[in-house]
Parts: sequence; structure tokens; C-alpha cells
Amino acid sequence: MREDLLSIATGIVEQARKLGADEVDAYVASSAETSARVRMAEVERIIDATSHAASVRVIKDKRTAVCSTVDLTPKALSALVRQALELATIAEPDEYAGLPDRDELALASQPNLKLYDERIESLSIDEMKDTALRCEQAAFDYDSKVTNSDGAEMSVTRGVVALANSMGFAASYPATNAAIMVEAICDDEDGKKRNDSWYTVERALHNLEDAEYVGRKAAARAVAKLGARKLETTTLPVVWEAPVVRALLALIGEAVSGELLYRRSTFLAGLEGQQVGSPLFNLVDDPLLEGRLGSRPFDGEGVRSRTVSLFEGGAFNGFLFDSYTARRMGRKTTGAAGRSLSAPPSPGTSNLVLTPGEEPSERLIEGIEDGLLLTDLMGFGVNKTTGDFSRGAQGFRIEKGKVTYPVTEINVSGNLKDMLASIDAVGDDVLWLGSMGAPSIRMSQLTISGI
Amino acid sequence: MANSREADALAADASTNYIREKFGIDDAIASSVLDAALSCGGDYAELFFEHKEAGSIVFEQQAVKNATRSLSQGMGVRVLSGEAVGYAYSEDLDLAALRKAAETAAKIAARDEKTPPIDVVHYETPQYYSPEGSTVDIPAQDKVDLMVRADRAARAYDPSIARADINIVDELKHIAIYTSDGRMASDVQPLVRFNVSCLSERDGSRQTARWGGGGRMGMAYFEGSSPEALAEEAARQAVLLQSSVEAPAGTFPVVLGNGDSGILLHEAIGHGLEADFNRKKTSNYSGRIGELVASELCTVVDDGTIDESRGSINVDDEGNMPRKNVVIENGILQGYLQDRISAGAFGTQPTGNGRRQSFKHYPMPRMTNTYMLGGTSDPEDIIKSVSKGIYCVAFSGGQVNISNGDFVFSVTEGYLIEDGKITAPMRNVNLIGNGPDVLTKVTAVGHDFKLSDGRWTCGKDGQSVPVGVGIPTTLVSAMTVGGTNIG
Repeated sequence: MREDLLSIATGIVEQARKLGADEVDAYVASSAETSARVRMAEVERIIDATSHAASVRVIKDKRTAVCSTVDLTPKALSALVRQALELATIAEPDEYAGLPDRDELALASQPNLKLYDERIESLSIDEMKDTALRCEQAAFDYDSKVTNSDGAEMSVTRGVVALANSMGFAASYPATNAAIMVEAICDDEDGKKRNDSWYTVERALHNLEDAEYVGRKAAARAVAKLGARKLETTTLPVVWEAPVVRALLALIGEAVSGELLYRRSTFLAGLEGQQVGSPLFNLVDDPLLEGRLGSRPFDGEGVRSRTVSLFEGGAFNGFLFDSYTARRMGRKTTGAAGRSLSAPPSPGTSNLVLTPGEEPSERLIEGIEDGLLLTDLMGFGVNKTTGDFSRGAQGFRIEKGKVTYPVTEINVSGNLKDMLASIDAVGDDVLWLGSMGAPSIRMSQLTISGI
Repeated sequence: MANSREADALAADASTNYIREKFGIDDAIASSVLDAALSCGGDYAELFFEHKEAGSIVFEQQAVKNATRSLSQGMGVRVLSGEAVGYAYSEDLDLAALRKAAETAAKIAARDEKTPPIDVVHYETPQYYSPEGSTVDIPAQDKVDLMVRADRAARAYDPSIARADINIVDELKHIAIYTSDGRMASDVQPLVRFNVSCLSERDGSRQTARWGGGGRMGMAYFEGSSPEALAEEAARQAVLLQSSVEAPAGTFPVVLGNGDSGILLHEAIGHGLEADFNRKKTSNYSGRIGELVASELCTVVDDGTIDESRGSINVDDEGNMPRKNVVIENGILQGYLQDRISAGAFGTQPTGNGRRQSFKHYPMPRMTNTYMLGGTSDPEDIIKSVSKGIYCVAFSGGQVNISNGDFVFSVTEGYLIEDGKITAPMRNVNLIGNGPDVLTKVTAVGHDFKLSDGRWTCGKDGQSVPVGVGIPTTLVSAMTVGGTNIG
């Protein structure tokens, strides 16, 4: 991995200023990825490589262009800057274009969010392979009904990102992550296969779940699906298991983007300050949590990270903005700029945290006479403009307060606005996976399409 | 496109030149890197060089909002030891960096006996598309003019169109593959996509729709498909949704319109026929070659050789030539889509389906253009035969669980069918089915085969590749429709 990212970033900024950019920021990233994948107790694939790239955003006469390259030689970086300035001439002047206001920048200091684990540097491929093997073996050992595996993998990445701009911001931070995953497969009596996977992903190795736990969990989830069948078409109360709540949060995370707001393409447009969800629905975007996957000391434009309450007691508090969308809507940036190499910044979530409730999660099921425990969603059937939600699903039937049998090949549908309002219980369990923390929840009614 | 042998020889020369120019690579350097890749006793090694220039222009509120451009290049090296893969890559293309990557990938093997690489023979590739006229290097203003035309057309379509967001994304990719078993092939792959998103606002009701198209073409794409037509299509769908009704919930006959509905094949059966899943016996279609897996009306093809289609390739990313592969003929499973590793395991030949997203990614069996051949039914008769069901025309995407076969796809333009007539448009809805089950329920196939316009991207194991889909009007006798109207 390269150590000189910050000087490359400041060099790009200097050069762009010299060549006539009014405002400029440069984003440079370097990373190393290593993974060991095994299947049926044999090594399937080892990947070990490093990469790097630099990106520049120039603004001249309020015209914006973004260019990126993997070639970090001085000659190529000089060409990159010239290319960006040339490309900017085709954009129309946009009064909202520009860097964040200076007083928004994290100029003084940035919090140490413990995003880097040095132990990952010395982890060997053999250790990773052994971990993956243990994970897969635990899945097979859990139950003889587990007859196949789609593989187990341990992967780690180490990276550094550097950001510099023409207002004097220059900072970089290193980050790591590590993951273990496996998919277990069983044969069902009707000739079909039932499968499920589980994983753990963290910034630091010591926070990972045990490989054996991951294996057993995947196996248990796959075995529980044996005998799955369809349901009759109906409406039912639905308990969302904590892992699948993350899919709901991801949708809300997209709908709160200031970019969709100015495009008027989110169902939350016009609902700021209003009661949208159930009083039990409290959602926060928090980039400042130590050691979490979505944490960041500053955003993709160098703006100070801050905790933003999105929903409080079901009231929708407002959108996430980067500096462009904020200016465009007459607001202030919320420090939510995401950054990639090949596009201008745009607002996005960091860590989404749904506040747990007080009910033990088992109680969510106990109260139901006839319902569905939702465990998996599939597909892209969501219209963010209208909030219409219609997705493929798997789960379990709930009868008389008990989980009775697995169901598959059904569809759940509703409208996100109604769905948030229909949450009538929130569990006290919190599952953290990646950049989201969520408890299980219950909705009083959703449409189930089946036979 | 037919081409003479003389032209091929010239093309091969030109490719050698550009590889030297773009990557600083020649056969001797490649041979030295392959030698390093096999230094621990691997069975096979391959180098994948890639140089990609990509750009986009974003147009909204009647003006260019911004423009982007990116350069990525590098080499990926794969070493096989049995079916085990060692993979490494480097963005630096000097010999020391290349050999270092090769030595890293080499470690997958631990054998004393070494197989040296064979001198490469340069394979001539067909030309199902040509980089000439690629939109990547034309003056930006020419592309802006297209977007201005689209914007005007979208606004003119209906007074309720309050926004038109347009973008053009394009790339030009040079690839070169060297293998230790003596193969060298190269390709230049243009790709363009033009996207329009329209917002219709009427009495406080907001509806959005997207449309787009493209292919492995340059500006010639816009001679066949006008920006106005693409924009009007997005506007029409957004306006249509303003009068949409709740979709039904339950199991109904589903008529799939021709073209875009080919996504059903991609999800219901295409992925399940990728050989890696079958080699590992994780697919529902494992061990079923020669069996009836679909209605006898179904003949399904994966064909990487369609001129200028988004899913076409002149050579796959393992150096094998694409083919027209009939995977299901009259309902009977003929074979799988093979890459090198799976073909070895099945004792068969690669089918030209070894694809990867970039040099940072290992190849695996992937679809190209997947479609169903036309049948004999009149599309109007198919509609008339349905007393209560739905008719689907446009989609936003789909997904499949390979192991249990459940798949979904999301309908963005669909209608109710009542008493044999297409009636009200429906709100966006998801359909769910089980692959092996749904294809046995195909009860009519129209004679109106159509390939979808080039707007689909397929994701697998975190890797995206451009694909094409196509289908004639098709009746599935029963599928679960995920609407909200239980009625």
C-alpha cells in the first residue's frame, strides 16, 4: 500500500489551482485485499493484491467535472488535472456548485474512531484459510442434513483514504475490515435445495464472531428452511427478524437522501417535521461510532461528521445533505457526503441505527394468533418515489404465538409510509452487521401474495 | 459481420501494436510473467490486461450538471492448481510489478514439478462490433446535443413532466489475454448507454419512470434509436403510472411482453445453467442434462455473437471465442454455460462464457445475450386467451436464489388483463416464481421475438457485466403476483 496519498492529494490541489481551477478537491485511495475461500474442505481461491487511484473534482466558473486515474505518476496526475479543467468547460454554470463552506470543514482535528486494526497486517493467508475451513466444518458438523456448501471465506482489506481541498483541508485516515462468511445447503424432500448464509464483518479481528459460530448459524438457518412451502394469499401481521430489518433500513437510508429530495423522487419529500412512522420508530445516522463499518471522521468533502436523528418517535426529522444538495435546498450540509472515485460527492448514510425497544424479541411472536416471521427478502421491487414496496420473501408461519413451518416463494407488499406507521412492537435485541444496527420489529399488517 | 482473412491479419497486427502501446507488453514479457506465475508448479496461468477509459455526462434541468472521466488499467493474473485459483493483480505494468503479482498468484500451487508456458499463438477474433465511432472520444458537445434533444422531447410529451434527468455513460475497453497453454487474444470493446428518468407531477401525485438503451456501438446507436424516442418512452411510463391501479395479490396467468421480459429467462434459468453452480451441485439444474426442464415450447439460447448487442463479446475474458449456445431445446436441457475450470470438471469445452468485471476480478461462467426463440402464437391471441391476469412490458430488475430456484422480477410497466383485454395500468409490482416450475408453465409463445434494447447489467459474486435479454410474447399459466389488492 502507498504511504504518500496525502501528498499526492495536496499536489493535485496545488496544480489545479495553478492551472486555473476556482475550487478543487482531490480524493486518493489505496487498498490491499486478501481473501481465502474454501469449499468442501479444499482451497477454492486465494486473492492477494493491492490497488490505488486518484480522483479530482474541479470547479471553474461554477462548472464541475470529476476525473480519476489509477496512474499516480506525476505526469499522469498533471494530465488528470488538465483533463478535468478541459472537461469542466462542457458543464453549464451551476450556482450551487462548490466546496463546502469553510466553517463546516473538519479543519482542526478529527476524532479517532478506531477504524484500523494493526493485527490484520500480520494475518497470514494460511491463518485465513484455516479460519474459513473451521467455519465450513462447523456448518457440516451442526447437522447431517447440511449436505453441500457454496464455500466459506475469510477476507480482509486494509486501506487509506486521503482528501485535500483548496480551502486548506488535508487529512487522511487508515481503515481495515475483516469478514468471515459461509453458505450452507441442504437437500429437501421435494428435490429442491434449501440454503442460507451467515457472516460477520468488523473493523477489528477481535470483534469478529467465531468462525464456528458463523458456520453453525448458517447451517441452522438452512436446516430450518427444510420443508418450506407457499402460503395462501392473505394479509398478516409480520415480525421482521433483526437481520432482515436491515433491508428496510437500507431503503429508508436511500429515501432520506437530499439528492432524491431535490429530484422530488422520494416518498418522504414534503414530510419533514411530520409524524410518518409509529411512535416506536427511532432512527439515527451515526458516523461517529467507534469501530463500525460506516464510521468516518469526516465526510467525502472533509465536513465534520455528526450524529443525525432521522426519525424520532416516528416524526421525520429531515434529510441527509452534502454541500451541493444542501445549497440547492437552502439547507446546511449534514456531513453526509459519500465519495467515490468516478463521480461527484452525493449524500449517503454512514451507520444506520434503529433504537431497540423494550419487548424481548420472543414476545413479538407470542402475541400473534396468525402471522409471518420474515427472514429473507429478494429483488428490487421498491418505488422510492411513491414508497410502493413489493418484494419476494421467505420466512416462517406463526400460529397461536408459535413458529410452525417455513414458507418460501411468497411476496410481501405494502407502502413504506404505511409500513413505518404500522410498526406496533420493537424488540430489545440489537443485531449489528456491517454498517447497520437493528432490533426485530413487528408490523400489524402486510399483504402476502402466495397461492 | 463477415470479415476476410486479410482483414483479420491486419487486425491481429493492429492489436499487437496497441498492446505494446497501451501496456508496454510483448510476447516475451508476457512469457516471462507467465513463467513466474507457474514458478510454484501451477497447472495453468493466464494474464488479463485491461485498459479502460470511461466517461459520463449528467444533464438535468435543461443543462449539463457535470461530467466525469476515468482511466483504469492493470493486469490480473490467475494461476490454477487443479480447481484451486490463485489470483493477484497490479495497476503498475512494469515488469517487476507484473512478476511480483504473478509470483503472489503462483503460491496457490506447491508442486516440485513445473510446467513451463508454451509460446503463444495470436488468435484472430471475430468482429461482432467495432470500436470505430466510439462515443468515448468524440467531442462532448455531440453527446450534449443528444441530451438536449431528449430533454425537449420529454418535456413536450406531457405538461405533467416536471423533470427530465438524462445521462450518457460510455466506455472503451482494450483487453489482451495471454495463457500458459499458448493462446493470445485481444479485443477492443466499446459500450454506450443513454438513460432518461422522468418525473410526472399531477395534482400533488409524483411518479417517476426510467428508460434507456445502448449497445457495443458508437454514435451509430443513435441512428437506430433516437434520443427523442428514449425520452418519450420514459415520459410515457411516468404519465401512465399517474392513472395506475393497485396490482392484484395472488397467483394469476402472466403474459410477458416481447423484449424486456427476457429478464425472466435470465433469472429463472440462465443463472441456474451457469456451470460453476452445477459443478458444485448448488443449482436446481445440476445433473439434469437431457431432461425436460421446461415446456416443449421453450428453446433458450445464450449467444455472445449478436452484432453490436450489449451482451456480445468478440472474445471472452479467458481468451475463448463466444458462441451461440442452445441451452434448452424444445424444453430439454442441452448443456451449461462453461468457463475453463468448469469445462475441465465436466470434461467438455469452454462455451465462451468466461467473463469478469475487470482485471481485479477472476473470471467465471456468465451469460452474454440470453433469449428464447419465437414460437407460433399470435400475440393478440395470447392476450385474448386470458380471462383474468396481468400483462408485463417493462422491468426494473430481478434476482434469483440459485439453490432453491426462487426468482423475482420487478414490473415497472404492467397492466391488468380482464376478459381477454388489456385494461388498467398497474402500480409497480414484484413477481415471484420458482425457475424449474415456471418454465414448465409456459403455455404459449408468440412469433414476435424481440431483443431488449441494451440497458441490462448482471451482478454475480459482486461482479457486474453487461448483458442482453430477449423473448417473444409469452404466456406463463400461473405466477405469484405481489400486489396489494386481495380482492
